[in-house]
Amino acid sequence: MSDKVILLVEDNPDDEELTLRALKKNNIQNDVIVARDGVQALDYLFGTGIYAGRDASRLPSVTLLDLKLPKIDGLEVLKRIREHELTKLLPVVILTSSKEEQDLIKGYALGANSYIRKPVDFSQFIEAVRQLGLYWLLLNESAPVEHR
Amino acid sequence: MRRFRDLPIKHKLTLLVVLTSASALIVASAAFLFFDIRDSYDDMVRNTSTQAKIIGYNSAATILFFDPQTATQTLSALSTEPDIMAAGIYDRAGKLFASYTSAASTRSATTSLPAVLTAPTDGHRFKKGYLELSQKIVFEKRTIGAIVIQTSTEAMRKRVLQYVAIALLVLIASTAGSILVSLRLQRRISQPILELVATAKSVSRQNEAPVSTGAESRDEVGLLVKTFHEMLARIQVQSEELREANEELENRVLERTTQLEAANKELEAFSYSVSHDLRAPLRSIDGFSQALFEDQGDKLDEQGRSDLQRVRAATQRMARLIDDLLNLSRVSRSEMRRESVDLSALVKNIAAELQAGEPDRQVALAVADGLRSQGDPRLLRVLLENLLRNAWKFTGKHATAKIEFGTMHNNGRPIYYVRDDGAGFDMAYAGKLFGAFQRLHAMTEFHGTGIGLATVQRIVHRHGGRVWAEGKVDHGATFYFTL
Repeated sequence: MSDKVILLVEDNPDDEELTLRALKKNNIQNDVIVARDGVQALDYLFGTGIYAGRDASRLPSVTLLDLKLPKIDGLEVLKRIREHELTKLLPVVILTSSKEEQDLIKGYALGANSYIRKPVDFSQFIEAVRQLGLYWLLLNESAPVEHR
Repeated sequence: MRRFRDLPIKHKLTLLVVLTSASALIVASAAFLFFDIRDSYDDMVRNTSTQAKIIGYNSAATILFFDPQTATQTLSALSTEPDIMAAGIYDRAGKLFASYTSAASTRSATTSLPAVLTAPTDGHRFKKGYLELSQKIVFEKRTIGAIVIQTSTEAMRKRVLQYVAIALLVLIASTAGSILVSLRLQRRISQPILELVATAKSVSRQNEAPVSTGAESRDEVGLLVKTFHEMLARIQVQSEELREANEELENRVLERTTQLEAANKELEAFSYSVSHDLRAPLRSIDGFSQALFEDQGDKLDEQGRSDLQRVRAATQRMARLIDDLLNLSRVSRSEMRRESVDLSALVKNIAAELQAGEPDRQVALAVADGLRSQGDPRLLRVLLENLLRNAWKFTGKHATAKIEFGTMHNNGRPIYYVRDDGAGFDMAYAGKLFGAFQRLHAMTEFHGTGIGLATVQRIVHRHGGRVWAEGKVDHGATFYFTL
C-alpha cells in the first residue's frame, strides 16, 4: 500500500514482536525492515555489508532506533547517520527503555528528531506507536532526497 | 638613645662589668679623697693653732709692756712657714698691735688682716683661698689680747686636684682594663646564646636540621643550648612523623577517592542497566499478557482473565518500583548545586499540580509566605513533592483536609514542616518511616512503593540536615526537616 518503509533497529526479539504488533494494531501496514544491531542498521542505510547493492538513495520514512544495541550502540549509529551526506536529514526517533538524562541530552545533541521512552504498559505503548506512525508517516514531510 | 633592654647581650654583659667596676672605684676614690682632705684640713688647723699658741705665748710680755717692736720681731719668725700669708697681734681692746705679711702676699696683696678685732676668741674659719685662725693670748688666766693667723690653702687645693687627677686616671685605666677583660669573658656567655639565636633563626627560616656542636659548657647556658638542641631534634622527629602520617593520609584519601569514583561509576552503570534491562522483560510480560488476552481471551474463563489482569498489574507495580529506585539512586549521585530556593513558591506550585490531578478533593492549603533556603532546586522540589504527595495521599479518605507548610525556629536555625490531618501513623513505628520499601499502611489502603520517604531522607542528608516525623493514628502527621 505504501512505499514508505520503516527501519526498526531493535535487538530484543520480544520488543521487536511487540513493536510490530503495535504497528499492526494501529493499522500501519508499511514495510518494516528490522536491523538487529548497529552494523545491520548502517549496512541497510548505506547499502553495504549484507545489504550490498541496495539503492541507498531510497531512505526509510522513519527510523526507530533503540539505544542499547550489540556491536555499535544507538548513539553511535545516530552519529554516523548525521555525519553521512545521504542520511543526515533522515528522521530518527529514539525508542528506548532509558529515561537517563544523559541519554536524552546526547540523543538530542546528536540530532535525534524525537525521543520516546517505551512504556511498560503495553496499552500505552500501542498508543505511543499510533501517534508516532500518525506523525512520521502521515503528517510529516521528509526532506527531499537528492538523487546522484 | 637605645634602652638597655634592647641592647645586644654582649654589650649588656660588657656594660655590666664596666659599670660595676667603675662605680666601685668611684665610691672608693671618693671616700678616700673625702677622708684624706678632712685629715689634711685638720692637720692644717692644728699646725696653725700650734704656731698661734707659741707666738701668743711669746708675745704676752710684749702686750703687757706695750712693746710692738719685739712683737713684730716675734711675728717675723713666721717667715719660715711659707704657707702663712699674714699674722697679727691684737691688744685687749682688739686694736692691731703688731702684724706680719709674707713676701708673696705683700706682692699680690691678696689678704688683709682685720684692723680691729671685736672680741678675742678661739676659733677658725675657712675663707676664699686661706684659713683664718684666731687665738686668745692669756696671761695668768687673763685674756690680754689675741693673735690672728691667715694660712694659704693653695697647697691644699693643689693636693686635692692631684688626688682627683690620680683618681680619674685610675678610673680610666681600670675601666679600660675591665672592658678588655669583660670583652673576653662575655664571649664565653654570649657566644653560645648568639649561636642559639642563629640556629633558631635558620630553623625558622629554612626549616633546616640543626647541628649540635656538642661542645656546650657545663653551666646554665650550656644546659639551655643542650636542651634547645634536644628539643629541636624532637621537633624534627615529630614533624617527620607528622609528614609521614600526612602523606599516608593523603594516599589513603586518594585511594578511597579512586575507589569511590569506581564505585560511583559502577553504580551508574548499574542503574543504567536497571533502567534499560530490567524494564525490557516487564514490557514483554505486560505486552504478551495483553496479546494473550486479546488473541485468546475468549478461550479463558473469568478466573483466567482476572489472573492475566493481576499479572499485568504486578508488572506495572514492578515498573513503578524500578522508576522509584532509580530516582532514589539519582538523588544520591546527582551533582549538588547550591542556590537560594523559594520553598513557599515551590510548595504552592506542587499543591496546584496535585489539585489539578484531583480537582474534586477539598483540601485547605496553608503555606507560610517567603520561606527561602539555600539548596539544590531540583532536589528540594523532589523533597517537597514527596512530602506533599504523601500528605495529599494520606488525607484522601477524609472529606475535607488541611495541609500546612511552615517553619519554626530552633537556635536560629529554621525547621520546616509539612503537616496534614490525615491517616497519621503510630509513633511506635516512627523509626521505620524513612527506610526504603518500608510501609506502615496496607497496599489496599494506600498505594505506594515505600521509597518516597527514603528519598526525602536522602535529600535532606545531602543538604546536611535532619528529618523526623510526629504523628498519631487518624490525627495526621507532621514531617519536620532542616537544611
